[in-house]
Amino acid sequence: MIKTVISTELPVDEHLLIRKNSISGGSGKKRICLVTGTHGDELEGQYVCYRIAQILQSNLADLDGTVDIYPALNPLGIDSITRGIPNFDLDMNRIFPGDPMGSMAENTAHSIIEELRGADLVIDIHSSNIFLYEVPQVRINQLNADSLVPLASMLNLDFLWVHEAATVLEATLAYSLNSLDTPTLVVEMGVGMRITQSYGEQLVSGILNLMRHMGVWKGAVPELEERHTILSTTGTVDFINASASGVFIPLIEHSNHAEAGQVIGRIVDPLHGTVLQDVKLERPGFVFTIRAYPVVYEGSLLARVFREDNA
Amino acid sequence: MKRELLFVLPSPFRDEFRIQGFRFGSGQKSIAIVGAMRGDELQQQFICSQLVSTLQDLEEKGDIAAGHEILVIPSVNPFAMNIGKRFWAMDNTDINRMFPGYSLGETTQRIAAALFEQIQGYRFGVQMSSYYLPGDYIPHVRMMHTGYEDIELAQGFGLQYTLLRTPRPFDTTTLNYNWQIWETQAFSVCSGHTGVIDTESAVDTVSAVLRFMSLHGIIHCRTHPGYFSEVLREEDLITVKARRAGILYCMCKPDDSVRRDQILARVLDPYDGSVRWEVRAPADGTVFFIHDKTLVLENSMLFRIIPS
Repeated sequence: MIKTVISTELPVDEHLLIRKNSISGGSGKKRICLVTGTHGDELEGQYVCYRIAQILQSNLADLDGTVDIYPALNPLGIDSITRGIPNFDLDMNRIFPGDPMGSMAENTAHSIIEELRGADLVIDIHSSNIFLYEVPQVRINQLNADSLVPLASMLNLDFLWVHEAATVLEATLAYSLNSLDTPTLVVEMGVGMRITQSYGEQLVSGILNLMRHMGVWKGAVPELEERHTILSTTGTVDFINASASGVFIPLIEHSNHAEAGQVIGRIVDPLHGTVLQDVKLERPGFVFTIRAYPVVYEGSLLARVFREDNA
Repeated sequence: MKRELLFVLPSPFRDEFRIQGFRFGSGQKSIAIVGAMRGDELQQQFICSQLVSTLQDLEEKGDIAAGHEILVIPSVNPFAMNIGKRFWAMDNTDINRMFPGYSLGETTQRIAAALFEQIQGYRFGVQMSSYYLPGDYIPHVRMMHTGYEDIELAQGFGLQYTLLRTPRPFDTTTLNYNWQIWETQAFSVCSGHTGVIDTESAVDTVSAVLRFMSLHGIIHCRTHPGYFSEVLREEDLITVKARRAGILYCMCKPDDSVRRDQILARVLDPYDGSVRWEVRAPADGTVFFIHDKTLVLENSMLFRIIPS
């Protein structure tokens, strides 16, 4: 059933509408929410919403509970290829838990929290940005690691990154919901403005697997290649930033293990026809993030590499 | 005056990105003043340019007090200003959300780190800041309530109001917040406009900064004594939001005194011109902030009122 959960009047004959597809089956009381589209340039979650809605609606007898699907928390952003909220220059994922007395953006954020709180699980799907390509991964604030890592492990993704707490991240949707005892997992995968279908299928399978574990799904779970999810707490994450400004040419695929000394990419100067930097790994590791947008400045993030402690 | 290149970053396709500083006097690091950090902070940059000009005159007359050093950095983001963008042109990140910066991190973290290194250790820090909402407002000094702030010092600018803001999570990465944490008395001077230059308000702001420096013996300069600055807490301001969307027809301006139920604006239907909603003052007071966009969305913040 399609429901409009937030409707805000725009100046000229239009409303900002945030809608959900609420799919229920059986007598189960559990509620799982899939949310995406907080950043208007991240589209990987659209495919996942489509597939989960399609599968559940075709197999209602296998559903025992409610799955609420919210494809677009920032519909104006998605429609205008704008990462933030148009008119506000604001990153929507930095204004939670919002404020009912605040501006239109803060008010909307508050309504979203009220809508989602109390769910048995929220999965917040992101797709990096236009600059970086990410392997399918779950990101968890270390404050919630004990309760969320077991759930995240069932999503069948490649990497599970337990990161340090940072004050600025307290304004994210996931932090706000987890603080309200609504377990929330953040998935990052793919790249902005694109859909990577294989990643989408991988996550769909993982979501169904997790739903089955929670007793909400009795149906089949598509079998995908069995993978070993790497847990970040068994090693270290290295950030590799550009030492030169130029054009980055990747020399490996993301989701790759790379050796010490391996050149994973080059920064080149198109005007002079020269190589400005060979981007080498000092130590072997798993490249789970790689630069997607070629133009870089000094400091631009080129890759993130996970390295096991004994590597 | 010494003009110094404080930071250089090569660009793949544009000229070098440069941050320039203007240093006056010598001795203890007394005050650092930072102008435009976003590309639309024209007023903020203009004020700094006028300060550089005025301080140059004072220096020539020997009116920079001995033993005091002043640093003015008019722009931290000329790249964005030159192409009409607000944030860092490459990735739309906000330099004022990157402090204290990280010299090995992302580009805007490196810019923030380089700037912060240059402006650390000063007794006073002044950022010419824009308001975080689009609109016009009464010029004021804003301080973060971190526990390190000294409100009486802020009143020394002699602007009408000193606004105290309780930091939210996203404020913890701003220059003002980090300056205070690193033991500089930090003030954001909000001069009423962004995106345009208002010379009258700029002159008042330049006077306010000169007054502050004079008060602390950094310069020898006779200035108007200014206002006895009233301290406001941001949460004490009354917010008036748009109950309806449409064309905003505003009937008041910042600093107007208003009575309860007075009509402040009308929201008009953009198709037939009918009045969708009359915006009325919720209490007696003074208009502190007004939304300056012609079109308003439902729930937009239209006014902030200082209650009488």
